[in-house]
Amino acid sequence: MIQFEQVSRSFMVGDQQVAALRDIDLNIAAGDYVSIMGPSGSGKSTLLNLIGLLDRPSAGTYRLDGGNVTALDDARQAKVRSEKIGFVFQAFHLVPRLTAAMNIELPLILAGVPAAERKARVAQLLESYGLTDRADHRPDQLSGGQRQRVAIARATIMHPAVLLADEPTGNLDQATGKEVMNLLEQLVAQQVTLIVVTHDPAIGGRATRQLHMVDGQIVGEGKSPVKPGAENEAG
Amino acid sequence: MKPVDVAQFALGSLRGSRARTLLMILAMSIGVASVVVLTGLGEGARRYVINQFSSLGSNLLIVFPGRTETAGFGPGMLLGQIPRELGLDDAQALLRSRAIGRIAPLTVGSSQISRDARNREVAVLGSTADLLEVRHMSLAQGQFLPAGDMRSSESVCVLGAKIKSELFGQTPAVGALVRLGDRRFRVIGVMAGQGESMGFNTDELVIVPVASAHILFNTSGLFRILVEAKSRDAVEQAKRDAEEILTRRHNGERDVTVITQDAVLATFDRILRALTLAIGGIAAISLAVAGILIMNVMLIAVSQRVREIGLLKALGAPAAQIRNLFFAEAILLSGIGSVAGLILGEIGTRVIAQIYPSLPVAAPWWAVLAAFGTALGTGILFSVWPARRAARLDPVMALARS
Repeated sequence: MIQFEQVSRSFMVGDQQVAALRDIDLNIAAGDYVSIMGPSGSGKSTLLNLIGLLDRPSAGTYRLDGGNVTALDDARQAKVRSEKIGFVFQAFHLVPRLTAAMNIELPLILAGVPAAERKARVAQLLESYGLTDRADHRPDQLSGGQRQRVAIARATIMHPAVLLADEPTGNLDQATGKEVMNLLEQLVAQQVTLIVVTHDPAIGGRATRQLHMVDGQIVGEGKSPVKPGAENEAG
Repeated sequence: MKPVDVAQFALGSLRGSRARTLLMILAMSIGVASVVVLTGLGEGARRYVINQFSSLGSNLLIVFPGRTETAGFGPGMLLGQIPRELGLDDAQALLRSRAIGRIAPLTVGSSQISRDARNREVAVLGSTADLLEVRHMSLAQGQFLPAGDMRSSESVCVLGAKIKSELFGQTPAVGALVRLGDRRFRVIGVMAGQGESMGFNTDELVIVPVASAHILFNTSGLFRILVEAKSRDAVEQAKRDAEEILTRRHNGERDVTVITQDAVLATFDRILRALTLAIGGIAAISLAVAGILIMNVMLIAVSQRVREIGLLKALGAPAAQIRNLFFAEAILLSGIGSVAGLILGEIGTRVIAQIYPSLPVAAPWWAVLAAFGTALGTGILFSVWPARRAARLDPVMALARS
């Protein structure tokens, strides 16, 4: 599904070149549940941005679904993002002037889906995320957990193959964070490839595949049993 | 993204910052309204002048002594020559032309008019019975100058409405005697009040037979001869005839000038149209200012909505779509502003029309169109830069912005 070959990313800071990622080789299969962990500045967010096509590698190639997406122009990359990739952010990134329903509808509007179909899909998703009675509330009228649920609904409404979550629980308390993680993990069961960036071992440890990053390189990989909950009982 | 959705999204973000949107619309509408009102005033002035000329009669020619050289330097100027006078014989001779219907010779001067103890200085116009028809004037009481030989110097006069009320008040004037200079004149009529007409306020005029005016002012010359062609088509023929007749009478020397009303009208029309364009252009500057304001506001909007732009990119909006969204906002802003401006301008025009009913104020269609077009154009033009800036934002940086 996701193939990185010798991918590097470096930034110019002042007149100095700083490498954020060095020669990353990475394969993630469809339906994988991967967490990327590491201290801040280790390059985990940069890796996530590259996977999400929000950023371009300085060197190397990135294949998504077998196709080389590194060389695509802005419009084509945007199309790939729209069709295959969903984002969940730490800061939720809901548009403050739009209601919960309209925030969820946004990707459909951008993709040019007819209005009638949009309404039906949004209503269905609101229902399954338990947000129906919050549909007409604006983000500032929602709790943190509700906001992240709206954001997850928005990220999944286009039925993406890959869901990228950057510190999805970072702005939530523990109970709500766990709730949100459960929600995301349910998507893995539906064959969505879930990639979670976090510095919290408790969250990262839930993934079936755990990548550890330091200084722009993947330094280790751990595996958990298929069921994250089962590990503690066995262990 | 469908155009309807683009418009709706843009409308939504405009509604999101209400105060700013309203201020922008205000600036835009004031620009458009000022173009509409100012060109309306200019056009009103133009129509006013044309109406004034038309009230003189559409077949009118004006003959006056002296040759107006439009180019070169006549010998008369060097010698300090005074142009030959136009006389009553000249006026009479004009009637020989088949193209000329009526004539009215004019002599003007000023004199003291008195009745009992009241007296004032007054402009005296010497003419003939046909003046009434030629100038489309109307009488309130009595009759106009007697028809017949223009050389008979009867001591009768027709008073302007204001002169009548100053000298006689409410008492009837017709039949009474007034003193003009050292002669006594019998009042035979009173003009209807009609206000200013091409600088001649007939309300403050006393009209006497042209021969009487000659005696009064001890002259034999004419100030003007008003000539009425038999029809509109005959105007050019009448002009040629008048020139030919007078040139022959003046020993082959062309020392008179004949102007048609059309020529004067065309000149005024040109001048006033240029004036309207000029003030329209000045008003359009305010539109440019509004355009720059729109640019400023859009730039602020872009930097305030950096996170939203980053999000839209993450959700799959290509750069072109982001640009279109901001364009749509600018177009909506300037479009709504323009429409509001047109309404505001229409109201302003009506208010002016109420205050000055004699001025036919109305913005010409081209000015309305130009104002609308310029407003939309500047709105779009000045949003190019902000929209490009939004489209070029790096999504990673945009999303990281707090």
